[in-house]
Amino acid sequence: MSKTILEIENLTKYFSINKNETVKAVDDISFAINEGETLGLVGESGSGKTTLGKTIVGLNDLTAGEIIYKGKDVNKLSKEDKKRVNRELQIIFQDPQSSLNPRMRVEDIIAEGIDAHKLHTGQERQDRIYELLDLVGLSEDHVRRYPHEFSGGQRQRIGIARALAVNPKFIVADEPVSALDVSIQAQVINLMEQLKEKEGLTYLFIAHDLSVVKHISDRIGVMYLGKMMELADGNSLYEDPMHPYTQALLSAISIANPNADRRDRIVLKGDPPNPAQPPSGCRFRTRCKFAMDICAEKVPEWKEVRDNHWTACHLY
Amino acid sequence: MHLLEVKNLAINFKTYGGEVKAVRDVSFHVDEGEVVAIVGESGSGKSVTAQSIMGLVPRPPGIIKGGSIIFKEQELLHMTRKEMRKIKGSKISMVFQDPMTSLNPTMRIGKQIEENLFSHKKMSKKQVKKKAIELLRQVDIPNPESRYEQYPHQFSGGMRQRAMIAIALACEPDLLIADEPTTALDVTIQAQVLELMRELQKETNTSIILITHDLGVVAEMAQSVAVMYGGMLVEKGTVNDIFHHSAHPYTRGLLKSIPNVESTEKKKLVPIKGSPPDLFSPPKGCPFAPRCKYAMDVCIDHMPPEFEIGNNHTARCWLNHTHAPGIDEFESRSEPL
Repeated sequence: MSKTILEIENLTKYFSINKNETVKAVDDISFAINEGETLGLVGESGSGKTTLGKTIVGLNDLTAGEIIYKGKDVNKLSKEDKKRVNRELQIIFQDPQSSLNPRMRVEDIIAEGIDAHKLHTGQERQDRIYELLDLVGLSEDHVRRYPHEFSGGQRQRIGIARALAVNPKFIVADEPVSALDVSIQAQVINLMEQLKEKEGLTYLFIAHDLSVVKHISDRIGVMYLGKMMELADGNSLYEDPMHPYTQALLSAISIANPNADRRDRIVLKGDPPNPAQPPSGCRFRTRCKFAMDICAEKVPEWKEVRDNHWTACHLY
Repeated sequence: MHLLEVKNLAINFKTYGGEVKAVRDVSFHVDEGEVVAIVGESGSGKSVTAQSIMGLVPRPPGIIKGGSIIFKEQELLHMTRKEMRKIKGSKISMVFQDPMTSLNPTMRIGKQIEENLFSHKKMSKKQVKKKAIELLRQVDIPNPESRYEQYPHQFSGGMRQRAMIAIALACEPDLLIADEPTTALDVTIQAQVLELMRELQKETNTSIILITHDLGVVAEMAQSVAVMYGGMLVEKGTVNDIFHHSAHPYTRGLLKSIPNVESTEKKKLVPIKGSPPDLFSPPKGCPFAPRCKYAMDVCIDHMPPEFEIGNNHTARCWLNHTHAPGIDEFESRSEPL
């Protein structure tokens, strides 16, 4: 059993949209990530997966709960320790176009973290930039260029280099390949897998593309309207999904094989409910074909139904 | 006789940086009741090809360099605006990628459907309203009577796309062009919309040109596939030809670069090296040659013609020349040449 690097306990993040209404973007979620693991996080838009990722790296303040990094509560650290933890937790964003400052040169974008944490200066800083560019498959001639001179795939590489610059241990990758074309997507996924080996990283990989998540992840969590619905080993989740939402989500994948069997497809009726007024009890019950009376009354408990296979559903 | 035949279409765009050759020598056809998918990455020219059929390429900056688009024995490229207006929306209609920007935000949904009916059909106000509500029901929008009165912002993304489909199908067109109809939608909603399109297609026998970058959607919906790269149509054939007997290295590369959900073992993805060509000055020879691991000397200098592989299966790749060893031979060699 490998060591736990990050533990999330009852993490909750609410956003108030006006005086009376709050959106429960992330509601009472608990899980742990082991060192060297890739945990995939899937869910539709509005399920709270990005909010969860951002909260973990400290880009959002949390409403309640704890984030325990290497055994210590991140929000109770001294200023200095906090700075170190911030360095070790990094994030890669979805849209490489809007997450790079268009008026900064590539070298300064990559070195922003190095400068902020005062890791290297002068020649050392320059060498580190070259090293990072090489690591992500860009060339040294690129340092003086601006982001607009690059293609989408190259920009995402710059984003990755920036995250790696400060020697992180844990990276939240928020839809890192969603904006890229298929042939480029594969390049970036392979790069991320390589870097994980080389630098000994742990990933929280957020995406809505289920095939990509399955490919890269060891374990996968499924979110719906701010709640974790199911969490299990990748193969076990895809072979034998327990939660009705996971079942529907997986059967909705368009498989790139014209002869694939599509007869037993579960097509969900309706749209996801308004996150500001989620249904009582189980949040999925309005679209669930197994919904029972208890589903409206009680929030299903998050429990380990099988070995390392967690789900929140009254069926189990 | 084909319902639609596009022949040697070439479209350029004038920009400050020079002329972009967006579509080069593209030919394909659509039969009655057929679903043809055009796949390709961004910048491959798939949307421009579709827009040109609808006469939606802005001119200027667009320039139709040549070719012809024949729909029901009529040449679309030589039509006047007035003639074209009769066809647009009634005989050929289009569903766009982003339903939020393609619906009018200040107009009730019902009125937007009626707009299409009023301009093409002689119907009374009452009949039109009845038809609009029925169309909403047909695309599975709950409470169509009250939804008829609502504005697009009151609809969810999936419902907006359904409303778009209702507008497109209002006049029972012969050809529906769907430009990335599900790209902006979540997977479960995508499944809903695709199922709806499949059902409506079966019911009405409308031909569909489906433009997408998602090979999963292609496998699910289409009978024929055209693969575009760098403004050219590099391979076309039936879904089976394309997915199982592809004769072009780009198509094969695309299929290998997507992760397979069905397999339980982890295989490394095989990406296509490099990036798509610059269309300001596309390569002299095959547009894919700089990224192709089988590229030969001839590929760099000479544009490959469309080689017949089988019945209605063509590929623009020199490997299919009678003197070349063939793509399967190349694939089976351990070291690429």
